[in-house]
Amino acid sequence: MSMLASLLAAACVLAGAFFFIAGTLGLLRFGDTLSRVHALTKADNLGLGLIVLGLLPLVGSLTDALKLVLIWALVLLGGTTAAQLVASAVRRDQRPPE
Amino acid sequence: MTDWLLDLPLALGLFGAGAATLAARSLFGAVLGFISTGLIATLAWVRLEAPDVAMTEAVIGAAATSVMILYVASRVGTRAAPPAPPPMVLRILAAILSALLAGLLALALLGLPEQAPSLAAPVLDTIAPTGLGNPVTAVLMAHRALDTLLESAVLVFAVFGIWSMAPDRRWGRAPGPAFLAEPYGPLAFLARVLPPLGIVIGIYIAWVGADAPGGKFQGGAVLAAMWVLPWIAGLAAPPCISDMRLRLAIAAGPLVFLIIGLAGFAAAEGFLAYPPGFAKPLILIIETAMTLSVAAAMACMIAGPPERRATP
Amino acid sequence: MNATAPFALAAASLIGLGLYGMLAQSSVLRKVIAFNLLGVGVFLVFGVVARRGAAAGLLADPVPQAMVITGLVVAFAATALALVLTLRLHQTTGAVTLAEDPEADAPPGKPGAETA
Repeated sequence: MSMLASLLAAACVLAGAFFFIAGTLGLLRFGDTLSRVHALTKADNLGLGLIVLGLLPLVGSLTDALKLVLIWALVLLGGTTAAQLVASAVRRDQRPPE
Repeated sequence: MTDWLLDLPLALGLFGAGAATLAARSLFGAVLGFISTGLIATLAWVRLEAPDVAMTEAVIGAAATSVMILYVASRVGTRAAPPAPPPMVLRILAAILSALLAGLLALALLGLPEQAPSLAAPVLDTIAPTGLGNPVTAVLMAHRALDTLLESAVLVFAVFGIWSMAPDRRWGRAPGPAFLAEPYGPLAFLARVLPPLGIVIGIYIAWVGADAPGGKFQGGAVLAAMWVLPWIAGLAAPPCISDMRLRLAIAAGPLVFLIIGLAGFAAAEGFLAYPPGFAKPLILIIETAMTLSVAAAMACMIAGPPERRATP
Repeated sequence: MNATAPFALAAASLIGLGLYGMLAQSSVLRKVIAFNLLGVGVFLVFGVVARRGAAAGLLADPVPQAMVITGLVVAFAATALALVLTLRLHQTTGAVTLAEDPEADAPPGKPGAETA
């Protein structure tokens, strides 16, 4: 059982790390701001989600597990808001001054 | 030395992010470099077995400081052409001096004796009467309480200094400029959804600091962020700086600390000594007042001096 | 050589970078950022010393760690004050540097900006 849990955890964390690296690459390489925001938020949310999922079988208690999930939810909320703010700032910059 | 697998990339990242901060062409880029440095430093603190410091670094060193720098940078104008740098000779001299200092420091740090001196054992020996489970909090509240008292006073004086930057005609009004309200924008949404949760988390971090990583500074900073968020979103206005309640909230921490410290003369061995058996409750009272003060003082520091035209 | 060597080197280099940034950059805001970089380096020195002082079952010496927490909060307060001073300097004179020569630091867009 613990062997299986460790394997599952390792797989999820590795997959999460892959999404983080992919998102970071996108952030560094994509040409325009909107694509960069897209790469960052999608990859980070999925990446952190998978890492949290991978850590869940390893934590000792239910409260610790809930805290991990809460962290993920808060990052989702913060990331979404930041992406929206960046996107609306881009739109404001592109609109010709009135 | 398998530890180095994690430590080396972090150390290289610290150096790289620090160098990128200095090399950034725009001011905005420099702030981003500084935020990255702070976040990598947070991970470094976890690797150095200092979770309390890691939380403080993340919330105060990286987040709150960067918010203030970004805010001032956006008002001073990040797009204006950068001012002319100092003459080349001066920069080369500065580079030589800095490299020399860094090299000497590195040599000194690498040459420290194998058997490092430590105060860990004396702290653990005397932690029992305080009833605290977190040795870092025990040091802050019992062994080096004078430092912490003076530190809380520093926060009050910093707020004095910032408020006294207010133009005369704005004195007594609410801190900071008036922010444009966008009632249905994403920021307003966050400012409505996050504070109920964030306030609970801030109080939890401050409360749990007695026995686990956390404490009044980390929790207070989270509370300050939750207070500032609705101001920035334009949903709420901060209290006026002439408001007695705000002033009392900022001064509560050092005041309570000082009163309990002075009471130590009568009830215990001297200044800042706790009477036996009452250490834990007294420390909790101080921590509660300090959390309130840290939150109020940090929120006022982030908002800046009063600049609003009309009193809300 | 010991287990904390990478962070000791990182701390020393950050102190060097921060000092260089404070001396060799003219923008006040960049000086403030460099001051904070220097701070990160100094605090990491404390972290390295604390980690090396692991004893009595603790993984690190709590005394330097507590001093770093104090230092971080004081550095925050100092930064806040420096930033507000910078903002007021800019609002009253239009300057973004502390150079005494008004011609050298007047931004190109504002030829009339004076520092005095």
